[in-house]
Parts: sequence; C-alpha cells; structure tokens
Amino acid sequence: MASATPTASSGAGARPAEVPARSKSRARKAGSRRRVLGQVSWTAGAWIAALIFFFPVLWMALTAFKQESAAYTTTPHLVFKPTLDQFRAVFDAGIGPYLANSATATLLSTLLVLVLGIPAAYALSIRPVRKTRDVLFFFISTKMLPGVAAIIPVYLAVRDLGALDSVWTLMVLYTAMNLPIAVWMMRSFFLEVPGEVLEAARVDGVTLRQEITRILLPIVAPGIAATALICVIFSWNEFFLALNLTSVRAGTMPIFLVGFMSSEGLYWAKLAAAATLACLPVLLAGWLAQKQLVRGLSMGAVK
Amino acid sequence: MATLAPPRSGRMRPGPATDSSARREGWRRRLPLSPALLLMILVTQIPFLFTIAFSFESWNLVRPGSRHWVGLSNYAGVFTDSAFRDALVTEIELTLLAVVISMVLGIGLAVLLDRKFPGRGIVRTLLIAPFLIMPTVAGLLWKTTMLDPVYGIVNYLLRELGFAPVDFVSRFPMSSVVTVLVWQWTPFMMLLVLAGLQSQSYDVLEAARVDGAGAWTTFRAITLPHLRSYIELGVLLGAIYLVNTFDVIYMTTQGGPGTATTNLPYYLYQRAFLGFDVGQASALGVVTVAGTILVATVALRTLFTVFSASEGND
Repeated sequence: MASATPTASSGAGARPAEVPARSKSRARKAGSRRRVLGQVSWTAGAWIAALIFFFPVLWMALTAFKQESAAYTTTPHLVFKPTLDQFRAVFDAGIGPYLANSATATLLSTLLVLVLGIPAAYALSIRPVRKTRDVLFFFISTKMLPGVAAIIPVYLAVRDLGALDSVWTLMVLYTAMNLPIAVWMMRSFFLEVPGEVLEAARVDGVTLRQEITRILLPIVAPGIAATALICVIFSWNEFFLALNLTSVRAGTMPIFLVGFMSSEGLYWAKLAAAATLACLPVLLAGWLAQKQLVRGLSMGAVK
Repeated sequence: MATLAPPRSGRMRPGPATDSSARREGWRRRLPLSPALLLMILVTQIPFLFTIAFSFESWNLVRPGSRHWVGLSNYAGVFTDSAFRDALVTEIELTLLAVVISMVLGIGLAVLLDRKFPGRGIVRTLLIAPFLIMPTVAGLLWKTTMLDPVYGIVNYLLRELGFAPVDFVSRFPMSSVVTVLVWQWTPFMMLLVLAGLQSQSYDVLEAARVDGAGAWTTFRAITLPHLRSYIELGVLLGAIYLVNTFDVIYMTTQGGPGTATTNLPYYLYQRAFLGFDVGQASALGVVTVAGTILVATVALRTLFTVFSASEGND
C-alpha cells in the first residue's frame, strides 16, 4: 500500500540527483514525454479496471442508502438523498439473531481451528512425525472431496442426535472445513522458524512449553493471524451446510438473505442493506489484512 | 528427550529398552497431531463410509419403512442417469471456464498492478473486494442489480447504447453464472500472480532490457516461465473451490433453466434434499468421490511439487 510515490506529472526531470547522467536529460525530453503519456494511460487503465470490478459492490452499498422508489427504477439514480430507513427495516425484520449466529459460528470455529491446528502443524514441522507427507496428503484430500458426498450421513447423524438447527453443529463442521487449510498454512509458517534459534534455545535448556510459548509462537504470530483471517472469511461466507442443517434458530447471514429475498424480493434497497451488512465484516477484515490475505490464500506457499 | 544415556551407546545396544523409548518418542510426536486428525476422520471419513453403505440401499426419507438392501442397482441407476451425465458435463464446463477466464484476467490485472502509479494501493484494495464478498450476495447482486432484464444496470447501459435489453440469467444462464464466478475469482488469481511478478529478480529483467528485448518478448520468455508455478497454484486452488460451486447457482439460476446450470453439487443437493432419495443420492456421491480422487491425485502431485519448490526441501 506504500504506493504514494510522486506522480507521473512530476516527471523524470524533477527526480533527485540519483539519476547520474543529468547532462543527457535534454536529449531524453521527447522520450520522457512519451513515458509520461504511457504512465498516464497505465494509471487510467488500472483505475478503470478497478472501478469496473468494484462497481457492483459500490452499487450495493449505494442502493442500501436509497429509498425503494430510487432503487427500483429503470434509470439508475446516482444522486439521491441518503436514508437509513432500509437498515432500520432490516433490523426490524430480525437480522440480529442471524448476525449473532454467524459471529458465534465463525469466531468459535476459528478459535477451535487454531487450538487443534497449531499443535498439528507443530507435529508436521518442528518435531515431525514419520509419514508427514501422508498426513498432509490426507488433510488436503478431505478438502478436495465434494462436501455433498458426506452431507447425507452428516445430516442424518445430526438429525438423530437432535442437533439440527444448532450453532454448535455449524461450529464443529466449520472447524473440520477449515482445519486442513489451516494446518497446511501454519505448517509453512513453522517451517520458516530458523533452526538455529530453536537449537540455541534447546542448548540453553528451555522446557518444551517455554520453547513453544516464548520462542515459536511470537515468531509465527503473523502467520497465525493470517490463518485466522482465512478461516473467518470461509466460515462467515459458508452457505451449503447452513442451508441444509439450520433453519430459524441457528440460521446464519446467508440464510437470512435467502429468506429475505423470497419475502422482500422486490424491495431492492432493503435487500441491498441486508447484503451490505452481510458482507461488511469480512470485507473490512480482508482489506485491513491484505498482506496476510495473499499468504493465507495460497496456504502459505506464496510469501 | 530426557534420556540420560548417550545416544551412541543406545544405538549400539539394540534391545527392548531403546525400542520402547523410540516408540514413546514416536507417540510423543504424534500426540499433538491426533486431535486434529481425529476430528477430520470423524467428520469426513466416517460419514463417507456411511454414504457407501447407504448407496446399496433403497431408502427414501419421505416413505418411512421403505428402506431395504438393493445391491448395486443404485449404481446402475447412476450410470444410466442422463441427468447425472449432463451435470458432469456442466460441472467440467463451468469449472474450466471460470478457472481459465479468471486466470487470464488475473494475469492482466497483476501486470497492470506490477508497475507503480498513483493510487496503486487503492486500486488493489478495490480489486480484491469481489473476492471478499459473500458468494450468496454475489449471486444476488448480479442477478438483481446488474443483470435484471428491466432494472439491471447492464441492461440500462445496453438501452443507452441502442440495443434491446436481454434477460441474461434465463437466456444465457451458463455465461451469467460464469460471469459471477469470474468476478469473484479474478482477484484471487491476480493476488497470486502479482506475488509472483513481484518476486522476479530485477537483475534478470534489466539484463533482458540491456540485451534489447522488447516488453512482450521479456514477458513471454522470462516472466511467464517464472510465473508458471504461481499460475499452477492459482489454477489448482481455484479449481478446488470452484468444483464445489453451489451458492452462486442457488442464488441465480437454481440450476436452470431446465438443467442448464446444474453442476454436480447442485444435482446431488437436488437428489438428496429435494428428492429425499438417500440411496440414489449416496450412490451419486460415491461415484463423484471416486472421480474426484482420480483427478485430485494428479492435482495433489502438482501441489506438492509447487510447495516443495517454494520450501526448497521436503
């Protein structure tokens, strides 16, 4: 994000003395004008691409602040008097419990993923078990199998246990959904801990607990944060399991949206307000942690 | 860890004592792994065993007491089921189109972002937004505000340009779904490729320029080969998620019109939760998994190569 560099208009001539051949600058003037032109069109191209991709999101957020009459028209209104009516209407329609369910399932499952995943990643990197490769293979293969292939027995088991429509069920399933990715990610972070540091600590006779809490965890903390972020994104946005295993009591945000769409489908401003609320937490989290996002999305492979 | 005997004497004396301490060490190493492993087995493997068992039964949830053993007839049903074959074709088409298009666009955007320009940080921030949007919302947004035949923005633009409005979602269902998926996954591909571009050695690029290589030649001969492992990783990870596409289809086309956009997850969902046919749906599930394992084995080998390369050891 540190791209607030001097703009193209300040030109090559205004660069500090680090350009060695200043005397040649006059001969370069024609070239530099072309370079400026190139830079301007490059900038314009990038901005246009960004605006095209961002437009649907922007439009959703704008629509959420409109009156229904301004939202549902054949000519889009860019200028309008903003209102909070739609957000009020969405809360009146009972979005609260759904938000709370989403938050509970997301945060608890992420916590559980870390509790289970950190030791597992440790056992696959710092003090590796034999057959580390096989275990890693197993973890990631569960991610490749279509979730639908296991959903019938899961559904029946959950039903027979009387755990349908429960946030706790979602929490457990989301944990299993994210654990493989989390283990892969955190393992790659653990592998980066310099061996000499651990060796030195062991020579100094630290206990295993000290080794983990005082040396390892501080080094891999950013990695753990990246992992948590990815888990939060995937659980918050999850739809398939929530659709089949919850209804009114434990429904999460996507479930609210589906119900809201069938009951208020023609009220685009209200829909947009609900959708904006549904997206906001993950959007903000992802934006704030862009660096970790790349690392996390590639399961730690890309630095 | 707390063995007092020097390691050498231990190795020289192969006896039960060493054996058991080695075993103890093995268990100590396995211990931190086991809770995670246990959960994964419990939640993914055991249900799948049940899926296999159910696949040999005729069992419909809406007809209690109808449950009985039917051997392989569900499988016979799967292989004669033309809807399943259609879903398989749709699945492959959808995944391929979405992965390839979003990768191509992602490479383009990454190249744009690899150069410094005013507001690059903001552009990057705006570009990753689609990936962070809840897929359910993405489907909803595109179906209504963007592609609606009367009130959608795209049709507004078409009208302004003098074209007749188009009911995209029902006339071009596949393209509509692919559009939403590409919109969501292009930023993902862009981020990976951008990371690859930025890890390029500046010296090599400079050397190419000194040698008189043009921008395009440099890109094709140096940058693309360098990006290869990043592209592979992006395609692979994108495919892992895209084969399971469900939310967007549910929100936009519901698998239709007809079965035009029914991919495998959606078809299985229809059979299991709309048809309540446990036996038939289980057989479908087993066949799908068998197919996935075949594809995944190849994919996983690639994944390991990519990861080993980036770790430098394994």
